[in-house]
Amino acid sequence: MSTDLHVRRRPSPQKALTGTLKWVLLGVGIVVALVPFVWMVTGSFRTEADLFGAPASLLPEQWSLHGYRGIWEELPFMRLVMNSFIFAGVTTALCLVFDSMFAYALARIKFRGSTLCFWLVIATLMVPFQVTLIPVFVELFHLGWLDTYHGLIIPRATSAFGIFMLRQFFISIPRELDEAARIDGAGHLRIYWQIILPLAKPALATLAVLHFMNLWNDLLWPLIVTSSTEMRTLPAALTLFGGQHVNDHAVLLAGATLSLLPLALAFFLAQRYFVAGVATTGLK
Amino acid sequence: MTATSTRSARAARPVPSTGRAGRSGHRPRRWRFQPAWLFAAPSLVILLGFIVYPIVQSFRYSLYNWRIGAETQEWVGLANYAELLGDERFWNALYVTVIFSVVSVVAQLILGFAAASALQRDTWLNRIVRSVFFFPTIVALAIIGIVWRFMLDPSIGLIGGVTELVGAEPIPWLQDTSLALPAVIAVSVWKNVGFTMIILLAGLKGVPEHLYEAARLDGARGWQLIRHVTLPSIRPTLLFATMIMTINSLQVFDLVYVMTNGGPLFATDTLVTMMFREGFENFNLGYASTIAWVLFAIIMALSAFQLRIFRYQDVD
Repeated sequence: MSTDLHVRRRPSPQKALTGTLKWVLLGVGIVVALVPFVWMVTGSFRTEADLFGAPASLLPEQWSLHGYRGIWEELPFMRLVMNSFIFAGVTTALCLVFDSMFAYALARIKFRGSTLCFWLVIATLMVPFQVTLIPVFVELFHLGWLDTYHGLIIPRATSAFGIFMLRQFFISIPRELDEAARIDGAGHLRIYWQIILPLAKPALATLAVLHFMNLWNDLLWPLIVTSSTEMRTLPAALTLFGGQHVNDHAVLLAGATLSLLPLALAFFLAQRYFVAGVATTGLK
Repeated sequence: MTATSTRSARAARPVPSTGRAGRSGHRPRRWRFQPAWLFAAPSLVILLGFIVYPIVQSFRYSLYNWRIGAETQEWVGLANYAELLGDERFWNALYVTVIFSVVSVVAQLILGFAAASALQRDTWLNRIVRSVFFFPTIVALAIIGIVWRFMLDPSIGLIGGVTELVGAEPIPWLQDTSLALPAVIAVSVWKNVGFTMIILLAGLKGVPEHLYEAARLDGARGWQLIRHVTLPSIRPTLLFATMIMTINSLQVFDLVYVMTNGGPLFATDTLVTMMFREGFENFNLGYASTIAWVLFAIIMALSAFQLRIFRYQDVD
C-alpha cells in the first residue's frame, strides 16, 4: 500500500500485518499471472490421455514430444514462422523509415501544406483500424494483392502514431545541430540520415519494439488478407487450426509455445523498450 | 520553400540544400518543387490510400447493398442503417460490447491501481513482480485465447481439474450462455492489468511527496491518503487510461474470436465479431460497413468527449 512510502521504518504489528497481507495478495497475483504460461508449456509435452486423466496436474506424467512433432507435420510450421518474421520484420523496418521521413518533413522543413499534413496524421490517429478493414479488403482484392506479402505489408507500412511520436521527438532535438550541418553544406537527406536519426535512436528502438510486437501478435489483419495456409502468420494459422479440429491439445499448445518464444526472449533481453513502447501508446 | 521561408526567422540565411542560393522572393504563389514532399510521400500515399480513402469508401458501402466484384452496385440509401436499428443481433452485439468494456475497464482500473500502488517503490523485488504482471500484455491474444480456452475446458482444463479437487463438478465456462461473457471478460482483464499498472505507475510517481506529508500532518491515514491525495493527483492519468482502455475494448475482436467465436448463441458476439461475420463470412459488405460506421461514430464521440475533458484539465 502506498501509505508506507518513505515513512520511517517503525515496525508496528499492524504495519507488519498489512505488509504480510500485501505480499500474500501479490503472491496470488503472481501465481495467477504465471500459471497459464506454465500450463501451456508443460501441456505441450502431455499426451491426451494424461490431460484427460489428470486435469488438475501442472506437470506431465511423462514428457512427450508428440505435440511438437504434430505441429511440424500438420502445419507448414517453418513457413509460418518465416511469414511471421517477414510480415512483422519488414513492416516494422518500412514503418520506421517512412514514419521518420514524414516526421522529419513535419518537424524540420517549412512547406506549404505542412499544417494540413499534420492534421491528417492526427485525424488518422483516431480512426479505428476495423472501420477501414472492409474497404481495404476490397481495395486489395481489386489490386490483386490478397494473399501476397506486399498485400500484408504495404498497407501497414506506416503508422500515424509513429509519425506523431517521432515528430514530437524530432522537435525536441536542438535546431543548432542541423543549422551547423547546413553551413557545412549538408542537404536535408544528410541532416535526416546523419544527424536526426542517430539522435533519435531511443525513440526509434521503442517504436520498433512496439510495432514488431503488435504486428507479430496481430490476428485480424493476416486473417483477412491471407487465404492460403502457406501465406498465414502464426497467430492466424494457429487460430484457424484450433478452430477446425482439436483432437490433440498438445499440438496447439506446442504451436502456441513456439510462437511465444521469440517475443518472450526479446522481452527478457529488452524489457525496458517493451514497457516504454506500451506506455507511450497510452501517452500519445 | 522560398515563398514561406522568407517570412520565417530562420531563413535569414540562404538554404544551400535546395541548390538555389539566389532566391526569387517575388512570385510567391508559384508552385515549386519542395523536398518536403519527397520525405512525406511514402507515408502520405499509404495514409491516403489505406486509411483516408477507405474511410470514405466505408461510408459509401454502407449506402449500398455492396457485393465484391459486381458490375453495378445496388444503391439502398439508409436502408442498411434502418435494418441495423431493427436487428436484434446488432442490439445484442452492442450490449455485449458495452458490458465487456465497462466491466473490464473498471476491473482493470481497480486491480491496476492496487498493483501500481503496491509496487510503487523501485526495489529489485518490486521490479521483478512488475515484469511478471506486465508479461501477459506482450503475448498475442490468439495465444492467450487458445491457452485459456483449453484451461477452461471442463474435461482437460486446469480450472476444471482444480474444481474437481475441491469436490465440485467442473463448469463448462465457455459453453454456458450466461458464463461465457464473464469468462472472456476475466481473461481480458488478466491480460491487460499489467498495461493499466504501467500507465498508473507513471502517474503515481508524479505525485509530489510533500502532498502526502502535508496530509499526514493533518492526520490522514491509509485509505484517506489514497482518497484525498493520490486519486485527485492522478486524475488526468486515470481519465486518460480510462479513455484508452475504453476505446480499445470497444474494438475487442481477437480474444472473442479465438475463445468463443461469438458463441454460445451469440452470448459473446461483439460489434467487431459481428462485423467480421457479416463482412468476411456472409459477404454483406454494405451491412458490415454500416456496423463499422456505427462503431466509428461511437468511438469518435468518445474521443471528442475525451478532448473536452482535457480542455477542462488545461483550464484547471
